[in-house]
Amino acid sequence: MDIDILRQIGVVLGSLAFLGVCWWAFSPKRKKRFEEDAKLPFADEQETLDKSARESDSTAEKKAGEKQEQGQDK
Amino acid sequence: MTTTVAEAGKLPDYDYNIVRQFTIMSVVWGIVGMGVGVLIAAQLAWPALNDLWQPFTNFGRLRPLHTNAVIFAFGGSVLFATSYYVVQRTCQTRLWGGWLIPFTFWGWQIVIIAAAITLPLGYTSAKEYAELEWPIDILIALIWVAYGLVFFGTIVKRNTSHIYVANWFFGAFIITVAVLHIVNSIAIPVSTWKSYSAYAGTTDAMIQWWYGHNAVGFFLTAAFLGIMYYFVPKQAGRPVYSYQLSIVHFWALISIYVWAGGHHLHYSALPDWTQSLAMIMSIILLAPSWGGMINGIMTLSGAWHKLRTDPTLRFLVVSLSFYGMSTFEGPMMSIKTVNALSHNTDWTVGHVHSGALGWVAMISIGAIYHLVPILWNRKEMFSVKLVNAHFWLATIGTVLYIAAMWVNGITQGLMWRAFNADGTLTYSFVESVVASKPGYIVRWLGGAIFTSGMLLMAYNVFRTVTDEPKEGEVGRDESLPVAKSV
Repeated sequence: MDIDILRQIGVVLGSLAFLGVCWWAFSPKRKKRFEEDAKLPFADEQETLDKSARESDSTAEKKAGEKQEQGQDK
Repeated sequence: MTTTVAEAGKLPDYDYNIVRQFTIMSVVWGIVGMGVGVLIAAQLAWPALNDLWQPFTNFGRLRPLHTNAVIFAFGGSVLFATSYYVVQRTCQTRLWGGWLIPFTFWGWQIVIIAAAITLPLGYTSAKEYAELEWPIDILIALIWVAYGLVFFGTIVKRNTSHIYVANWFFGAFIITVAVLHIVNSIAIPVSTWKSYSAYAGTTDAMIQWWYGHNAVGFFLTAAFLGIMYYFVPKQAGRPVYSYQLSIVHFWALISIYVWAGGHHLHYSALPDWTQSLAMIMSIILLAPSWGGMINGIMTLSGAWHKLRTDPTLRFLVVSLSFYGMSTFEGPMMSIKTVNALSHNTDWTVGHVHSGALGWVAMISIGAIYHLVPILWNRKEMFSVKLVNAHFWLATIGTVLYIAAMWVNGITQGLMWRAFNADGTLTYSFVESVVASKPGYIVRWLGGAIFTSGMLLMAYNVFRTVTDEPKEGEVGRDESLPVAKSV
C-alpha cells in the first residue's frame, strides 16, 4: 500500500477519535452524571457530609452497616 | 447518581504525613533552585561571578543544577505533594503502598542531593533536562515506578466510582514521564560516572527533544493541570466550569503534545516532514491548551469578587493567565519562519520562564498556600498580608523577567540576521552580547524579586506550622478530626 493511503487513514481515524470523545463528553444523556462528577472535590468536606447524613437519616437504620449505593451508570 | 462517600459522616484516615513532607521540601527546593537561578543570571550580567570557586561555580556547571533543581526538586516535590493529596481526597481512601510511600520521598531527596553534588563536579550526560548520569537515572526510574504503584494502587482501592479528572492528568503524567525518562536515558556506561547515549546523530537529537518537550508537556503542563482541576475549584468554592470540556481537554492535550518535540530542531538535519509535522501539531496544541485555560478561569464566573480578598485564589488564576500567554507564544515560536528569528536567542529563555515562573511556580505557590493550613489544621496562613505581598513580588518579578528576555531575544535575532549590501554580516556576535547586557541586568532583578517572594513564603509557612494554634481555632478543612475518630 502507498504510504500516503496510510497517512490518510491516520487522519480519518484521528478525527473520528476526536469526534467520538466530543460526542461522548457532550451527549445530553451524560450531562447530569458529569455535573455530579464535577462536585467530587467537595464530597468529602464536613459540611457536605453533615448534609448527606441528614438526608439519609430516615433510611439510616435500615441501611446500617450496609454500604450505601453509589456511583452512576457507566 | 452520586459520587459522594460510601458512608456519610465517616472519612478515611488520610495519609497527610507524606504530603506534609513533600510540601515543606517544595518550599526548600524552590528557594535553592531559584537562588541558583539568580546567581547564574548575575553571572551573565557580571561574568566575573563565574570565578567564585572555579570550576564548580562555572555557568556551564550551575545552569543544569538550576534547571534540575527548579523542575525536578521544586516542581517534583510540589507534584508528589499535590498528587498524593488529591488522589486521596477525591478517591476518599488512604494512600496505598506501605513502605513504597516513604521510599518515594527519601529516594527523591537522595536524587536531588546527588544532582547537587555531581552536576557542579562536572558529571553530566549532556542531555538537556536529563543531565544526571546513569546510576542516578536508575534510581529515578525505581522511584518513579514506586510512585506509579502508589498512585494507581490508591485509585484501584478508591471508594468513589468515578475517577476525578485531576487524577487523569496526574496519571497521564506519571505514565508518560516513566516512558520518556527510561527511553531517553538508555545509555552504555563506561565507568561509574560516565556513559554514552544509546542513540547517535539526528536520532539522538530527536529522542532528546521528544523527551525534552514532553517533559514540558507532561511534567510541567499535564501534572500542573491536575493541580488546577482540584485546587482552583476548591479555592473558588465552586465546581469546575465544564466537566465535559475537561474530558475533551484531557484527551486532546495528551494525544497532541507527544508530536510537538521536533519543533526544537527546525532547520536541522531532522527530515523536513518531521519538522513540519512538529510545527503543525504545535499550532493545533493551542486549542486544547486554551480550552483548559478557559475552563479554569471560567470556574470563577459568578465568584470574581473573591479575587479581591483572596490572594491564594489570585495566584491560581493569574497562573492560568500566564499559562494562556505562554501556550499562545509557544505555537507562534514553533512556526518555522518565526523560529528562524527566535531560535538560540533569549526569547526562548523568556518563553520558558513565562511558563515556569508565571504558570508552574505560581500555581504551585497557590496550591501550597491552600494546602499548608489544611495539613497543619489551621484556619488560614499565619499572615494573609504576606501572601498578598508574595503575589505582587511574584507577578512583578515574572513580568520584568519575560519583558527583558523578549527585548533581548528580538534584538539578538535581528542583529544576527542583518546583512550588508555586499553580503557580509552587519554585526559581530559580541556586539549582540553588548546589546543584551541591560536586559541581563533587568532579568537578574526580576528573578531576584521573584525569589524574595519565595523567602516570604518560607517565613509564612514556618510561622503557620510552628505557631501554637489560637484558642478555639478550627482548621479550615475539618476532615482531619473526623478522620482521626474513625
